[in-house]
Amino acid sequence: MPYQVSVFAENKPGKIERITSVLNENEINIRAITIADSGDYGIIKLLLDRPEEGCDLLKEKGIAATLKEIVAVKIEDKPGGLYHIASLLRENNINVDDAYGFMVKSHEESVFVFQVDNIQGAEKILKDAGFTTLRDKELYLL
Amino acid sequence: MFWDKDIETIDRPSLEKLQFEKLQKALSAAASTSFYQKVFEEHSVNINNIKTLEHLKDLPFTTKQDLRVSYPDGMVPVSRSQIVRMHASSGTTGKSTVIFYTQKDIDDWANLVARCMVATGTNRDDVFQNMMGYGLFTGGLGLHYGAERLGCMVIPASSGNTLKQIQLMQDFETTVIHITPSYALHLVEVINEQGIDPHQMLVSKAYLGAEPYSEATRLKIENQFGIDAYNSYGMSEMNGPGVAFECTYKNGMHLWEDFYIIEIIDPDTGEVLAPGEEGELVLTHLNREAMPIIRYRTRDLTRIIPDQCECGRTHYRIDRIKGRTDDMLIVSGVNVFPSQIETVLMSFPEVGNNYQIVLEREDNLDRMHVKVELYSKMFHGEIKELEQLKARLRESLRALITINPRIELMEPGSLPPSMGKAKRVFDNRSI
Repeated sequence: MPYQVSVFAENKPGKIERITSVLNENEINIRAITIADSGDYGIIKLLLDRPEEGCDLLKEKGIAATLKEIVAVKIEDKPGGLYHIASLLRENNINVDDAYGFMVKSHEESVFVFQVDNIQGAEKILKDAGFTTLRDKELYLL
Repeated sequence: MFWDKDIETIDRPSLEKLQFEKLQKALSAAASTSFYQKVFEEHSVNINNIKTLEHLKDLPFTTKQDLRVSYPDGMVPVSRSQIVRMHASSGTTGKSTVIFYTQKDIDDWANLVARCMVATGTNRDDVFQNMMGYGLFTGGLGLHYGAERLGCMVIPASSGNTLKQIQLMQDFETTVIHITPSYALHLVEVINEQGIDPHQMLVSKAYLGAEPYSEATRLKIENQFGIDAYNSYGMSEMNGPGVAFECTYKNGMHLWEDFYIIEIIDPDTGEVLAPGEEGELVLTHLNREAMPIIRYRTRDLTRIIPDQCECGRTHYRIDRIKGRTDDMLIVSGVNVFPSQIETVLMSFPEVGNNYQIVLEREDNLDRMHVKVELYSKMFHGEIKELEQLKARLRESLRALITINPRIELMEPGSLPPSMGKAKRVFDNRSI
């Protein structure tokens, strides 16, 4: 299962710097980043090439960080790429809690990352429909 | 104007004689309660040795903690069937302090409040809108019964719902309001926003109580409203509002000495100070059947104004309350101890050990911000979960202290640690 690192941060200057400096010092690469903002605080979501290590390092610095299981599915980088997956999820009544995407190769390949309650269920549905979900190593080493 | 001229203008020797007679009664009633029996025994007090008012200082003090220890009815000398009412105020550990009243106590209290209102020139033709909270808090029902006793038409509006308050004031031609000073400033602002000129309204008086405020705030309320504002003092331990009240001269609050014995003490040594010196107010309730309280430490700092007031009342006045000798906060008229908040916060495994309470005044209303650190190990990466945590914290605090605080989640380690004397409370309100 792939993981992202979710980090709690107050909505103040310098918070992203503090987190990324820990990753920088340890040569951990960020593949994708997104921030869910909730007024005075937010959750910074990081897709790292070494998520377990990154999470432990952040925690050692006293930062509230946790590993969060996610679904990562490859999609074609062209119009309608996400639509086909979205339709499939809707047909199976799967609610996406939180999601982001990033491009791997222009006009060829992107990755859609999302959180759901039932990860195994969602992965099975995607696979059965012919989509490629990424295992942890595959995702981190993209 | 007097409600009970004979007693309000009684000469001091007669007043002291009356006080002593009542003190003896109160002491023998107190001595029959399990709480005072134990206290008097511990301090080797024989109430028969109290032969003059001077001897009062030989008796031990009663504190809020004692009220908690005797919870619920260790200070009650009468049977349950004689009690008709209870009120409660918040306590530091979540347990309230409860005050009981017989029918006579309620009647006496109403008379005392009527006495206060008459001293400000209010009469039965007035329409009295009570904007203090009704319920366990004494502020609402205390003035309510007094105003009814006086014969006013009472509008039991309770607190909040400002537009409704304004409509009631207009529709029923309210002349007197009872309100916290912070809410009065908010109310007048909303009246102006509604395009109504407060000076054109019929309201002519405001009774301001339940929270400390400065003379400057009084003048601001008076000028903005075009009314006279009167200072009111009381606490549930001594019935509620009506303990002391300003007369039309607005120069200190007459404390009704036929009901209470006033002492001002040095809060550190407990020594009784001379009239005029500033210290902690200690009150003995001379007139309550259901709950006599001897030498109660109010924790309020003030002084006696010993000279005679021009209004003709002979009862001593006390000065505006200068502050507290403990860490109690008064927020929107509600008494709050930081330790109460701490107890709630610490019952949540999701929050860390450090917190801060920040008090601010926005639009003339008190706002409480509670900053808590998230406990790393309980963080699961979900905003939903954090929002629920905030809502649960807010609701738990509201349930205990009746104030809706704003909760701010902070990063672990971002607040000063609890070691030593960390400053936890930041009161940024200017009064």
